[in-house]
Amino acid sequence: MKDAKVIELEEVAIRFSGDSGDGMQLTGTLFSDTSALFGNDISTFPDYPSEIRAPQGTVGGVSGFQVQFGKKKITTPGDLAHVLVAMNPAALKANAAFMNPGGTIIFDVDSFSEKNFEKAQFKTNDPFAELKLEDFEKIAVPITSMTKESLKELELDNKSVLRCKNMFALGLICWMFDRPLDYIEGFIQKKFGKKPVIAEANLKVLHDGYNYGMNMQHMTPQYIVHPAPIEKGIYRNINGNNATAWGFIAAAEKAGLELFLGSYPITPATDVLQALAERKDLGVKTFQAEDEIAGICTSIGAAFAGDLAITSTSGPGFALKSEALGLSVMAELPLVVVNVQRGGPSTGLPTKTEQSDLLQTLYGRNGESPVVVLAASTPSDCFYYAFLAAKIALERMVPVVLLTDGFLGNGSEPWRVPKMDELPSITPRKAKDPQTYKAYKRDPETFAREWAIPGMEGFQHRIGGLEKNEAGGVSHDPENHQKNSEIRAAKVEKVVEMIPELELIGDPEGDLLVVGWGGTYGHMISSVRAMQKNGKKVSLAHFNYIKPLPKNTAEIFSRFKKIVVCELNLGQFASYLRDKMPGFQYHQVNKMKGLPFSVHELVENFENLLEA
Amino acid sequence: MTKFNYTAKDFKSAVEVRWCPGCGDYAIMNAVQKTMADLDIAHKDFAVISGIGCSSRFPYYMSTYGFHTIHGRAAAIASGVKSANPDLTVWVITGDGDSLAIGGNHFIHLVRRNINLNLILFNNKIYGLTKGQYSPTSDRGVITKTSPFGTIEDSFVPGQLVLGSRGTFFARAVDSNVKHTQEVLAEAAQHQGTSVVEVLQNCVIFNDGIHDYVADPKFRSERQIFLRKGQPMIFGEQEDKGLILQNGQLKVVKIGENGVTRNDILVHDPSEDNLGLQVQLINMALPEFPVAMGVIRSVEAPVYDQEMKKQIETIQQKRKITCVDELLQSGNTWTVDGENCSEPVKFFNNKCFNN
Repeated sequence: MKDAKVIELEEVAIRFSGDSGDGMQLTGTLFSDTSALFGNDISTFPDYPSEIRAPQGTVGGVSGFQVQFGKKKITTPGDLAHVLVAMNPAALKANAAFMNPGGTIIFDVDSFSEKNFEKAQFKTNDPFAELKLEDFEKIAVPITSMTKESLKELELDNKSVLRCKNMFALGLICWMFDRPLDYIEGFIQKKFGKKPVIAEANLKVLHDGYNYGMNMQHMTPQYIVHPAPIEKGIYRNINGNNATAWGFIAAAEKAGLELFLGSYPITPATDVLQALAERKDLGVKTFQAEDEIAGICTSIGAAFAGDLAITSTSGPGFALKSEALGLSVMAELPLVVVNVQRGGPSTGLPTKTEQSDLLQTLYGRNGESPVVVLAASTPSDCFYYAFLAAKIALERMVPVVLLTDGFLGNGSEPWRVPKMDELPSITPRKAKDPQTYKAYKRDPETFAREWAIPGMEGFQHRIGGLEKNEAGGVSHDPENHQKNSEIRAAKVEKVVEMIPELELIGDPEGDLLVVGWGGTYGHMISSVRAMQKNGKKVSLAHFNYIKPLPKNTAEIFSRFKKIVVCELNLGQFASYLRDKMPGFQYHQVNKMKGLPFSVHELVENFENLLEA
Repeated sequence: MTKFNYTAKDFKSAVEVRWCPGCGDYAIMNAVQKTMADLDIAHKDFAVISGIGCSSRFPYYMSTYGFHTIHGRAAAIASGVKSANPDLTVWVITGDGDSLAIGGNHFIHLVRRNINLNLILFNNKIYGLTKGQYSPTSDRGVITKTSPFGTIEDSFVPGQLVLGSRGTFFARAVDSNVKHTQEVLAEAAQHQGTSVVEVLQNCVIFNDGIHDYVADPKFRSERQIFLRKGQPMIFGEQEDKGLILQNGQLKVVKIGENGVTRNDILVHDPSEDNLGLQVQLINMALPEFPVAMGVIRSVEAPVYDQEMKKQIETIQQKRKITCVDELLQSGNTWTVDGENCSEPVKFFNNKCFNN
């Protein structure tokens, strides 16, 4: 009966691609969630233009969503897609370079018209030849006309009909990968609960797409990807921005404090603000400020008033917050700043990922102005690093910057949710004795001052941006400023006692140590594992703790013949290491394309280094 | 009867006050300390927040909680303080440069949100701490160090900005008139929402006498009109002049002349939402008009910090998620429990986290 070609795979990457109005992000997300529920491990990568609706049919307006899923641990969304869904010629053009050789291209043949070839700036009427895609499996599906046919009884306007196109593609892909439709059906019913006709239309097209695959099975291959063997527990799918937001809520609960977020919308960090704004049920206070400066300033005010205070932003906003971040250094208030990095400088590439704010974060303020810097490395571990950033800020009375990036913020993966009792305690340094309290009296071990909050009887004091003496008085005394500058630096360095040692993935010594930090983790580990599999003596040291660096950093570095630092900038972490960990030669792999590394390009670089 | 029996002294800190001798700030501080003592609010619940400028040294001279912040940002930081803890009584001390130039955006948005705090705007029409440059309230043509040939720009009228930002409270006072300043500050403190009090303050060094024409006590009753709720808008040494509306425009009239009686004079009602009249009162300038002093506008409107609190309380009453454990397991989750699955490992398993 079934004569479909059945292909069994360990992992598959699919890219959904169309006009930014075609609903590709939703299609990709629904398919990813379905796969995660099915038991696959997944990793996703949304890739969309900064214009909300760029001109239809043009390459600039193409929006894509890539998901990789498999029966083993998935650490990246995949360099290249095995299957591409192209809703128009522009989508084909924009994504041809990201296709696995011999992959499958499913395209809406109705939209492959002369007019659309022209819009996508094809020179001929054969886009596949023009893009050298002759060797790929091409499946022409009349998605637009089938959708119209499917809905002709429903008396919908043309626009609403066309909006259902993505569901046809989704249904077809679900058949190809043997995914059940129940989760998607539930989603549609909930989303269009108040518009039953639209819900009915979407459901009908979804099923027709699924059935189309079944009926046309002689031409569409079917893939089998088994569930992954992972840790036991309760799982959910989570993106980095949501995980960040929830990490702060968890920290506030653990610390027994109320959570305050002052923030201003900015791509790609806005979702942190949105996710927290939703959580009034857990008492979260969100303040959408008039600008980036007010975002951090309201948070500094909230920290002064005794809340766990957070501000979220991306590169340009972080620049605007610099002066106020310096105030929190001077006032020694607990504050966490999240920078979801994007391509820069200036407005740069708002929707693309980059790691180029590292030096800005470390040094971009007036005066000697040290802060603790952490970097999350996967969408789900944003939760834990957000939690830890809050713990450090509250226990050490110091501002902490958490670096994530657009790739982590928008990317998602399945996550085993922890129980709150798995997380460490947080003990804010609330002042206890009004008799001995002084605003800048410090713990002799950690140099942290105490937190006395307006409303507490007997602790009335003044703080501010001017240099202070121990009692909190303004001081222009030269010796005092020297001493305090050194103390503020030492206070940050002492955080090293709170953080774990640098973990090495692979043999403790070898020919090449691959060094990375933050959001590149998935690609780094995949490429290092690939090399290890081939018998190469390569290990990975991936940094989550940037300032201070883990205690054993130099010791680990000393055990390898070569060190290569890989980052999505022109060498910022490498220059920081040259300063902080001198005596080693640091090779570099740098990429500035607004895109994550690919495993392929990393491996190639590492092999060249080993041979050199 | 008050609960606390404070005096002004209870609000003075031990720090030596370092404003220039004769600075108008001394008088304003005395008025603030007296006002706070009379408020019947626990000393521990006051927070005084300032920006940068001469007046912004204010918190150091107070014995309350205080935060001397950065240039222009006092309004934003105070917004955070009050939103985080609406039980605090928050005062913002700021100047014309701090609030209307570098901090202009925060100022208008504070007023728009109507956060319940009191902002005293020390207006001396000059930058004092940087030694004499023109400010956004300096008059057109004025000669300063940065305008040696006179400025070529018009000034802000602070009250207009407040009204344009949908402000609910605006008052004006003169630094040297401590009793009246105190009267105005007391009303500002009672108002629910953002209270902006513009105090015409004299900078003895860089702009000495800038308000003299208005503020000189010898001509006070002729050149200033003290507006009080329910009272007719009368001024003059003989209390023989008043304000009326003629064709929608304010006009000064003499009582007893041209058949004008006391009953014809406008009666002040700051609680009336009458922007047209209030902006005319704010704009009144010598020599045609006396300058308006006192509470010009004080209307009711929803208060941001209270609304924030109320929204959280309302949502919490019908909430389904009550703690983070419930949040993490809400929505789409699935259980993994296969035979080939491993036991979960804590993310933080390093010893340094187990404290």
